[in-house]
Amino acid sequence: MHSLTKTALSFNGIGRRCVALNRFSETRIICRGLTCTAEHENELYDVIISGGGMVGTAMACSLGLDPNLEGKKILLLEAGNKKVMDKVPDAYSTRVSSISPGSATLLSGVGAWDHIMNMRCKPYQKMQMHITRIEEQRVEVWDACSDALITFDKENLQDEMAYIVENNIIVAALTKQLENLSDQVRVQYKSKVVKYTWPKSHQVADAIPWVQVTLANGQTLQTKLLIGADGPNSMVRREAGIPTVKWNYDQSAVVAVLHLSEPTENNVAWQRFLPTGPIAMLPLSDTESSLVWSTSHRHAEELLQLDEESFVDSINTAFWSNENHSELVETAGSLFRTALSVLMPSAGSARQLPPSVAGIGPKSRIMFPLGMGHASEYIRHRVALIGDAAHRVHPLAGQGANLGFGDVACLTQLLSQAAFNGKDLGAMQHLLEYETERQRHNLPMMAAIDLMKRLYSTNAAPMVVLRTFGLQATNTLPAMKAQIMAFASK
Amino acid sequence: MYSKKFGRLILGFCTGCSTSVVNGTPTSTRTTVSWTSVCKHHTQFLERRSQMGFAHVRIRSASKTTVDPNEVKRFQLLANKWWNEQGDFAALHSMNDLRVPFIRDNLLNAHGGRRPGKPLAGLRILDVGCGGGLLTEPLGRLGADVLGIDPVADSIGTAEVHAWHDPDLRGNVRYRAITLEELSEKGGQGAGQFDAVVASEVVEHLADLETFTLCCNQVLKPGGSLFITTINKTQLSYALAIVAAEEVLRIVPSGTHDWDKFVSPMELERLLESNGFHVESIRGMLYNPLSGSWSWTESTSINYALHAVKLEEEPNLDEDDPEDPTVIVAQAKARRWYN
Repeated sequence: MHSLTKTALSFNGIGRRCVALNRFSETRIICRGLTCTAEHENELYDVIISGGGMVGTAMACSLGLDPNLEGKKILLLEAGNKKVMDKVPDAYSTRVSSISPGSATLLSGVGAWDHIMNMRCKPYQKMQMHITRIEEQRVEVWDACSDALITFDKENLQDEMAYIVENNIIVAALTKQLENLSDQVRVQYKSKVVKYTWPKSHQVADAIPWVQVTLANGQTLQTKLLIGADGPNSMVRREAGIPTVKWNYDQSAVVAVLHLSEPTENNVAWQRFLPTGPIAMLPLSDTESSLVWSTSHRHAEELLQLDEESFVDSINTAFWSNENHSELVETAGSLFRTALSVLMPSAGSARQLPPSVAGIGPKSRIMFPLGMGHASEYIRHRVALIGDAAHRVHPLAGQGANLGFGDVACLTQLLSQAAFNGKDLGAMQHLLEYETERQRHNLPMMAAIDLMKRLYSTNAAPMVVLRTFGLQATNTLPAMKAQIMAFASK
Repeated sequence: MYSKKFGRLILGFCTGCSTSVVNGTPTSTRTTVSWTSVCKHHTQFLERRSQMGFAHVRIRSASKTTVDPNEVKRFQLLANKWWNEQGDFAALHSMNDLRVPFIRDNLLNAHGGRRPGKPLAGLRILDVGCGGGLLTEPLGRLGADVLGIDPVADSIGTAEVHAWHDPDLRGNVRYRAITLEELSEKGGQGAGQFDAVVASEVVEHLADLETFTLCCNQVLKPGGSLFITTINKTQLSYALAIVAAEEVLRIVPSGTHDWDKFVSPMELERLLESNGFHVESIRGMLYNPLSGSWSWTESTSINYALHAVKLEEEPNLDEDDPEDPTVIVAQAKARRWYN
């Protein structure tokens, strides 16, 4: 019986094999045809990161160091030149970022934090936001003014709340780290992308299923996953047709490096909300601070035109002046403060005074427009957006770079897990997880920042009183402040 | 994606139509059609239950081939739909989240740590009933040398084309349109070659489980692993895997599964243990149709995964009690096997 069935089986098998052979020859022909179109196999990368700014370079380092992604081909494309910093320049540069402890953890994880600490960085332990409304002289005198204050600080002044680091130092440190990873991550500078070609749907049998990137020099690269880290005017986002919610604040930010009048233990970040917008002083060293002044376009242009002395005067006025208080609001404010001190006598920290400014760094005044932007989707098939390409915020809370670094940490972890599960890196499943997790974190932060900005731009007295009360109350509730700080430190 | 799943759930209840057309207006005639087929299934089930008593129903033929021609025909029609992640095989795609770690971790336990990035490098794996290569490709990406076999040549064609695009897979993922028996013929290429055999969602489609087990034993190296995922034969699995999944929710194309071919974990364990395997673990799997994802669970009532290891040495015939019937059967089998 065995032998009979065996022969039957073998006949079946032969028959099937003949059929199979025909199928095989068909597939072989298709494959041969495809070989001609896909000659540049060595140009197929697993991940291409478009944009070599802080967030893009951090992503490249992070992927290059991950053990589960060992052996994958990663490429970073940057349109500009390589940022090398052999010697830290004496003069501080104007573009700085406030790096939260969470971002510092990421940067130390990729090995760049040591370089940054060696170069230059300033930790600060305390952030004092002085909310005083000042009206410009031509507006009516009765406009409200109150004196509310909120201080965020770490209980133990040994721990740092955040670090102020110049942007180009961060990029230089990350670039240095990338050099150590040259066998894992390739970097191409001066490579401007002119076109992206998206993969067709899986149904089309002979189409190339990868993302194609065409550079200005004619080179065409293919990748299984494209990460867009190309800033607020992201070409990746635009070409992918991802709708973006965005609006321009009618504000520009003026940034400058300030020389303080006298050296001080400069470990406090100051921010004051003026009717035109917040002015912030971020510590860079014991004698220097960075200025970020968000104000109307017109005023910003005026500030840039002023000579150095007048500019310094206007900064000092903005921080120190206490004019045109409304009696009503001031009485209400002080009454509320008394009530709070009765209820919670221990809460509220001592008030410090901001340092005064003597001069500014040479040629250091610049301005740039402010806006808010949020991509409605962070991902597509084989595409992910990180950093400012996905979300752009007002600098008043110093969170822009931190949100970007948070994206880097989240996406690296998910890609690592996907690779360990043998998945195709461009598959939607883990990209959707990235989008969900980051939107859940970023949107509340962005909404809060936008709300703060709008809240403090209005002149109406009831709003002033309300937010005065709100701010004073928050100042006396350590639990709430701790929550806010914890959320911002991630 | 979430709304799509939810929409399908509602649609499945209302119209009973397939996922292709969405017009949003349920009609009562369509509803009765789907319920009729459910009732038909159920009456057949009840008939069979009353007929058989508790004897072992020979749904599977006594032939020595594992392949059922009806099954082949059914899968041939679905050949080009394998790689649509939201299509008919969506549940199999998401099952990779369970089966790949299951295979990977058990192999890493057995074979020790390997290099990062390619944890399964150097291992040879056979994927029986690979279909379009849904499980073969992830195993290949993890570095293993994988051979995927399937009797349906169209599926093999689809799998080959899909894998060809990726240069990472071209070196170590291969496909052949043959059956397990052909591969395992003595003196053939398949004998004693593989570190692991994977038969995921396959045994519920087979004609003869006994032959299948023998062939698996033959192609495995001693100490090699056998991984099976399949569906239990219980009332619950009938209700969920046939009625709910095929008729109502249309998670799986209608007619894919035949309840009579399902095998319970105890029976499968008995079969494997009497054919030179030692069953290491059995774990239950649960599918959530709303989220489209799988999770491990305590209960093996519906889906389960099984890991067995081929025994290293011959069983010692002298020590056993010659009167014990199970031993006699086992000895007879062993004698047949080693002749």
